[in-house]
Amino acid sequence: MALRSAPEPAAVDAATMRPEPWRVTSRSRETDDTWTLALEPTAGTPARAYRPGQFAMLYAFGVGEAPISVSGDVAAPGRLVHTVRAVGAVTRRVCAARPGDVLGVRGPFGTAWPQAGADDHLVVVAGGIGLAPLRPVVYRALGGPERPGRVTVLYGGRRPEELLFRDELDAWAAAGVDVAITVDRATPAWRGRVGLVTRLIDGIEADPARTLAVVCGPEVMMRFTVSALTDRGVAPERMHVSLERNMQCAVGLCGHCQLGTVLVCRDGPVFAYPDAAPLMAVREL
Amino acid sequence: MAARDRPPPRGGPAPVAAGSRPVYGRAVGSDRTVLDRGGLDALIVLLRAQGRTVIGPTISQGAVTLGELSGADDLPAGWRDEQDGGRYRLRRGNDAALFGYSVGPHSLKSHLLPPSLRLLQVRRSQDGTMETTDEPEPPRLAFIGVRSCDLHAMGIQDRVLMGGAHPDGDYAARREGAFVVAVQCGQAGGTCFCVSMGTGPRATSGFDLALTELLDGDGHRFTVEVGSEDGAAVMAELEHRAATDAEVRAADAAVERAAGQMGRQMETGDLRDLLQDNLEHPRWDDVADRCLTCGNCTSVCPTCFCTSVDDVTDLTGETAERHRRWDSCFTLEFSYVHGGEVRRSARSRYRQWMTHKLSTWIDQFGTSGCVGCGRCITWCPVAIDITEEVAAIRGDDGAHAG
Amino acid sequence: MRTLDELLAEGAAFADLDAEHRRLIAGCAVNRVVADGALLLREGVPDEAFFLIRRGAVALEVSAPHRLLTVETLHAGDLVGWSWMLPPYRSHFDARALGETHVIAFDATCLRGKCETDPVLGYALYRRFAAVIVDRLQATRLRLLDLYGPPVGA
Repeated sequence: MALRSAPEPAAVDAATMRPEPWRVTSRSRETDDTWTLALEPTAGTPARAYRPGQFAMLYAFGVGEAPISVSGDVAAPGRLVHTVRAVGAVTRRVCAARPGDVLGVRGPFGTAWPQAGADDHLVVVAGGIGLAPLRPVVYRALGGPERPGRVTVLYGGRRPEELLFRDELDAWAAAGVDVAITVDRATPAWRGRVGLVTRLIDGIEADPARTLAVVCGPEVMMRFTVSALTDRGVAPERMHVSLERNMQCAVGLCGHCQLGTVLVCRDGPVFAYPDAAPLMAVREL
Repeated sequence: MAARDRPPPRGGPAPVAAGSRPVYGRAVGSDRTVLDRGGLDALIVLLRAQGRTVIGPTISQGAVTLGELSGADDLPAGWRDEQDGGRYRLRRGNDAALFGYSVGPHSLKSHLLPPSLRLLQVRRSQDGTMETTDEPEPPRLAFIGVRSCDLHAMGIQDRVLMGGAHPDGDYAARREGAFVVAVQCGQAGGTCFCVSMGTGPRATSGFDLALTELLDGDGHRFTVEVGSEDGAAVMAELEHRAATDAEVRAADAAVERAAGQMGRQMETGDLRDLLQDNLEHPRWDDVADRCLTCGNCTSVCPTCFCTSVDDVTDLTGETAERHRRWDSCFTLEFSYVHGGEVRRSARSRYRQWMTHKLSTWIDQFGTSGCVGCGRCITWCPVAIDITEEVAAIRGDDGAHAG
Repeated sequence: MRTLDELLAEGAAFADLDAEHRRLIAGCAVNRVVADGALLLREGVPDEAFFLIRRGAVALEVSAPHRLLTVETLHAGDLVGWSWMLPPYRSHFDARALGETHVIAFDATCLRGKCETDPVLGYALYRRFAAVIVDRLQATRLRLLDLYGPPVGA
């Protein structure tokens, strides 16, 4: 019986169902439990293009897969960069991979961060490891064909030792980005700010009508950040967040990532705030 | 503009009204033919000769389950069933009807989306790279005795598993090759509500052949409606005759009778909004007191599709396999992320299942997820009744907006 | 060269006060430059003043055996010190200047006296500080959640 109800299905794309082998080219430690890996495709594996905000399923042979956002320059061809926090069996194995080791990669999956235009003031607000999925946005803003009129990066971390990409934050500041960093607590050796990341929002001078905010971090942090931006007059549709749920297949077939009316792997992880708001407002949704 | 008034986030089809029938397949012709009982047997034998595994109702462990058929004698002749909330019994009828019962705990998903399946094998080679080997082709299947609700369920799973950007290759291959012989229901089950959901009892499309059983003084026979070219081709190889007007009338009357016997009913018109507007309704606490989160409902539901994957290696560590198995949103681990479960309480998990099935499924896939087969009511150990839960929430809608 | 009254009128800290009340509190205030590392408040010692930061930063610190922790940093426009308001007026933290810091220092005894004699001023001032305390408490509660910490049960 010929297929019914479905439109002519696209040929099953190998990359979406089977891990493709990529080789680790570099590994650097960011914090106690976080590493950044760079990967290149092995011979015969296509170099697929990712957009900022999208993720791959990284496969540690025989252990399993984990969804990890890209954290590098998506314009660099043939190179995938992922910043991974070791919190479970799969991520611990992925973080232990050394240059020369092969990991499986499926992707790209998910929605991307919005592109900021020349008239926009791009405001990047990151909490903890949330800076990793946002780093490609800053790279694109600084190196891409269309540079936003103004770029601000606000970054909140737990302690100074747990901040990611310290050198790059300095480099961005030197390149004209307004960078402000704060931590939850510190020793006096830290001469920077200590306090909630939303205090940094108070400190920026911005025209809310031109602000395009992209926010990533723990969900509670994204909620109170959105609240602070709203108090400054930024409209809901000018804010984007990245939501996270249990993802297994990444292709909308296993049902795990359901969140109310959406499938996070298909309709997210990046959402415009008006779409995300009802999903963030109900407990245990 | 409320979020639900705007088009769904990209990737999803436009929502349609709850309970509307997915449109698919060829329209049924008005010419009907007749196969006698021997002809049904010949049909099964022919399908087997085509290299198919023929699956149909059989009796096993005190229920009508789906098993492999080698002929019409394997069908449960003379059996009837009694179904109600948390209750399923078989009893002997007083004739030799082959399809005198309603749906049992199994549905086509046992064969189209098998409970356990190997997805891939990966080998680690000398230079450290990994190589994936192709999985063998799945079996070619034929289904006998598929009811209208289950045809709709299949259509719903088609949409979920093949209608998105990444179709499930194994499911698609099984569907592509499957030959579907539907049976028009001549009686409704105690928990059926296909009429409410617009999914039956008459099957109008989605099959290759549809049979209606007639057992009276003129013999034991089946009127046949052809639903596809494949169906017509198979009929061409079987001995059959044209149906008389009386036979057509009798067949239609049987289905009409079934339509009047529904054990349950559910008002569906505004169901999508009703449930999304009542996420904090106290009824959820009430049902949580009863629900065991055993997941029986998800096992027997013909549209539930959630699966999990397990990755394993052999002892040498050189070959790894990925297996897919059925999973259920009622398990605690289902929503685990970052050191905790999103849906910790039974309340949230029951709410997830019911609102997904009747409401957010529409946002995600464009149709309702429920076909009114009643299995979840029959097989719930504590007789939770989804139609009753909807009525209770509808009863004081709006008083408990989320 | 602007007067203290004019400076207070410009900033957000006392914008809600009416002009007369602002003049009154300016009467208890003086401009100060605090050297890098100097303490403005000391834990356990009754506050003699509270401060409005004009330029620079102040770190609130707590010391435990073997550890010195920064609880929060305050910046231009922030008020530093609220223990002056309620007996026994003892500060909970050390407040130390990070770099050379320009502040307006308000004499606590002077202000408490004025609040006693003018309850309307007292109400306005205590209301202003209540807002600061609420804001800092809410932020602190959120930081207490340690959201960036390792996932529980990992």
